[in-house]
Amino acid sequence: MWQALYDNLEQTVAVILFGIGFTILLLQRNLIRKIIGLNIMSTATYLFLASMGYIQGRKAPIVTDGVTDLAAYINPIPAGLVLTGIVVSVSFTGIMLALTVRLYRRYRTLDIDQIALLAKGEDMA
Amino acid sequence: MTLARNFPFFSILVCLVGSVVTSVLKPRAAKALTIIIAGVVLVLSAFTLRYALALESAEPFMMGHFPAPWGNELRIGRLEALMATGISAVLFITLLAGFYHMPAFVSEKKLGLYCIMVDLAMCAILVMLYTNDLFTAYVFIEIMTIASCALVIVRQNGHTLVAATRYMIMNLLASGLVLLGISMLYGITGHLLMEPLGRSVRHIVETGQYIEPLTVVIALITAGLAIKSAMFPFHAWAPDTYAFAPPMSSAILSGLIGKAYIFLLIKFFYRVIGLDVIVGTNVDSVLFVCGVSGMLMGSVLAISQRDIRRMVAYSSVSQIGYIYMGLGMGTEAGVAAALFQMLAHAAAKSLLFLSTNELVSVSGDRKRFHYLHGAGYRNPVAGVVFTVGAMSLVGIPFTGGFIAKLNLATAGMPMGGWMRALVLIALAISTLLNAVYYLHTVVSLYRRAPAEIDYPPSHRVPRHAAAALVISMLLTVYLGLGSGPIMRVIEAGLKMFA
Amino acid sequence: MSKRRSDWEQRPQARFLRWMRDGYGALDDQITTSISQPAAPRPDQEAMEAHDILVGTHRHERELALDRLAHYDLQNWANTRGRKVLGRLYAVLALLLGLILIYFLLNTVAFMPRFASADVPANNEVIARYVEKGLEETGAINIVAGMILDYRAFDTLGESTVLFIAACAVLILLRIDLDDHGQPMQQLIAEESDDRHYEPKNDRILQGSAMVLTPIILLFGIYVLFNGHLGPGGGFSGGAILSSGLILYLNAFGFQKAGRFFTYKIFMWVSFFSLGFYGVAKAYSFYMGANGLHSGIPLGTPGAILSSGLIMPLNIAVGLVVACTMYIFYALFRKGGL
Repeated sequence: MWQALYDNLEQTVAVILFGIGFTILLLQRNLIRKIIGLNIMSTATYLFLASMGYIQGRKAPIVTDGVTDLAAYINPIPAGLVLTGIVVSVSFTGIMLALTVRLYRRYRTLDIDQIALLAKGEDMA
Repeated sequence: MTLARNFPFFSILVCLVGSVVTSVLKPRAAKALTIIIAGVVLVLSAFTLRYALALESAEPFMMGHFPAPWGNELRIGRLEALMATGISAVLFITLLAGFYHMPAFVSEKKLGLYCIMVDLAMCAILVMLYTNDLFTAYVFIEIMTIASCALVIVRQNGHTLVAATRYMIMNLLASGLVLLGISMLYGITGHLLMEPLGRSVRHIVETGQYIEPLTVVIALITAGLAIKSAMFPFHAWAPDTYAFAPPMSSAILSGLIGKAYIFLLIKFFYRVIGLDVIVGTNVDSVLFVCGVSGMLMGSVLAISQRDIRRMVAYSSVSQIGYIYMGLGMGTEAGVAAALFQMLAHAAAKSLLFLSTNELVSVSGDRKRFHYLHGAGYRNPVAGVVFTVGAMSLVGIPFTGGFIAKLNLATAGMPMGGWMRALVLIALAISTLLNAVYYLHTVVSLYRRAPAEIDYPPSHRVPRHAAAALVISMLLTVYLGLGSGPIMRVIEAGLKMFA
Repeated sequence: MSKRRSDWEQRPQARFLRWMRDGYGALDDQITTSISQPAAPRPDQEAMEAHDILVGTHRHERELALDRLAHYDLQNWANTRGRKVLGRLYAVLALLLGLILIYFLLNTVAFMPRFASADVPANNEVIARYVEKGLEETGAINIVAGMILDYRAFDTLGESTVLFIAACAVLILLRIDLDDHGQPMQQLIAEESDDRHYEPKNDRILQGSAMVLTPIILLFGIYVLFNGHLGPGGGFSGGAILSSGLILYLNAFGFQKAGRFFTYKIFMWVSFFSLGFYGVAKAYSFYMGANGLHSGIPLGTPGAILSSGLIMPLNIAVGLVVACTMYIFYALFRKGGL
């Protein structure tokens, strides 16, 4: 199994990073750290996806010199999927940061548990 | 070339272009345009249903000049058309009944943006119902996540923002899991469209070559979609979110958006993996256990709530548990029962959230039960509508909820010993628990108001809103009385679904 | 009493139990105390008072006082032993969940198809057609551009919509609405009302380099946009480069100068037209394709700028939407509007 993990080194590292990002998103109380965890998780997924497209000894899928042979280019599909994924990740990061800015301006703290407590306090007053 | 086969595509396009046009309109025009779009989608879906009922097998619709597996595809079948008609009907009624009190929750300038979100949520629901491609489904899952989060955020007070942050974080976790699952599935099969994926998966199961990754893929995607639709252990975001969002948003979120995720899960089980493989990996047993626990725990937690909107939110968790219990039975009858419960719950829950808001607003905006005594007399329409909705969720005959529970029990009958007993006992206990808190609420609505509380004079409900509430009540009753043809369509649709 | 080792207090197990009970403060290790989070900090007193001053009226003062009273009771409740242990239990369980997830995923990766080998399941008839016939069917030299804007164009439409809806969501959160007289409609704190609150003076070095760099960046962005179907590039990368040039200009010269050319209305109308054009053009293409009709858009000769049918106009539309969205994000975060 270790040999198989070493052969697929990119995917192994991607999966470990995904787990780390997932845990950060769950575990950390500071909102900015959660957003960083989210970004680590997404980027790891794109690494995983992109690593599925590479084929040894072939070039990027841009037709050069009129060669349209299948054996000359790597797989173009994962590249397109990663493109979509990056845009989605940017959008989510933007929204989460906007939420963080609003919450900070109102409650003056970045700790989500503390914010929940303060919000509850307003509700009960 | 019949025109009707283009209607699903037209309905998706109308919502999309409509949302773009809404971005440059003034708020009043935006509101009118959104309601018009919902109406247009309803009409188009009804025609699609009529077309689909005449089909012998599901019909693919190429999005572009290239067939599957090279280009994107929609698929039109009886089940998709029925769900689209049901969901767009509930959405249209919700918009009619709910828009007039939005100014209390949303400032005037942001109303246009709110309408964009409603349009895009509708577009995403339609795509998830009709699509035949897994990656398109993922992209539109993301659109729906952002739209649903924005529907909550628009209220802009502190507690709402905190609830929305929690909701967003759980949604992001789930989206990450789903994307990883889709990437792995692409790695082991090489396809993104659902039919070629199904063939590849069957090949994998036969040769046994990539069977471990396949199991993990099923687990990841199921976990992701279950988190998003508030299945039991992952339901923590639901009560706060539904309680603090504007009522129309809660109605759309709990009634419609959760159902689209579950429908996508069913589609994934049927078309990509195959129901027999799912039963073989015991994923359905896990869903069954979670569904049963959700039914019971949701009701138990709802009983202890002191304000009416959180109570309705917890009962949503319990009703989603029914759907997962039906899904977890692993038979066609179970899935058909789950689909009918989806329709019945969509109709009843929107009703409940909107009438709850009416009752709260005639009690001086106070949500605790003590202040709601006598609200049924101050606003008779909302009182009757709430009563009928509550009856549907409890499962009293002549309403849709009763037929749904009957179907679930019937589907549970042919199962083996312990599962059948568990289904029947769980249904009985949860019906009892539902009755405890719903009937208590209905009774307290019609008690005499305490004399020391000074209620503001009640405003008149506009006629179109009252009419919409009454129509949705009639819809619930229709689901209770005329469910025979609907169940037949569901069963026929399931046969052509794979 | 059970016999314990003499150095029990220093053992990891004992330290863990002490952490569970009392938090980072109970560990008298130099390193951990410096990286621990401070225990439940009170909200910044001065900031709250500054906020209060901006919005103060008598009735509001009373509500705030009740507020804080309830809050302190809640603070005591939250600081009880039981809730703290529960919080730490949650942390331990979350960490365990992450480790279990990594373990299962690693187990899966060991069975996945081998990296960089040519006989993987992903190497099938789908990409055979994309690579071999992509040039003649779509007319694009960049096979990826042909794939995302022709074969799987619906996904790209969805993706542009994701950007649009994210911009709308951030607008809901951060835009400061102006009423009919141009005055802000809600109460603003010091940071929100003045976008130069943290940066009062213009930076001469930044302005000098922006004068030189901005035209080059914008030109490069336009080049990448127009050549998306002939080489690496396309709508998304070109739009990102364009927006970075615009943000650099805005940073160096301020909102007054940038607002002479780029107003909010211009951005809304550009996004509207681009996304609308994309929707309508692709709708036409999908409708023709689904019903088996020929769409009548010429493919041109491969290698020329004006080739590959709709791909270049769609690249431009997508690039404009991306540029507008990124610029609006920046302006909203900085100032709450344009």
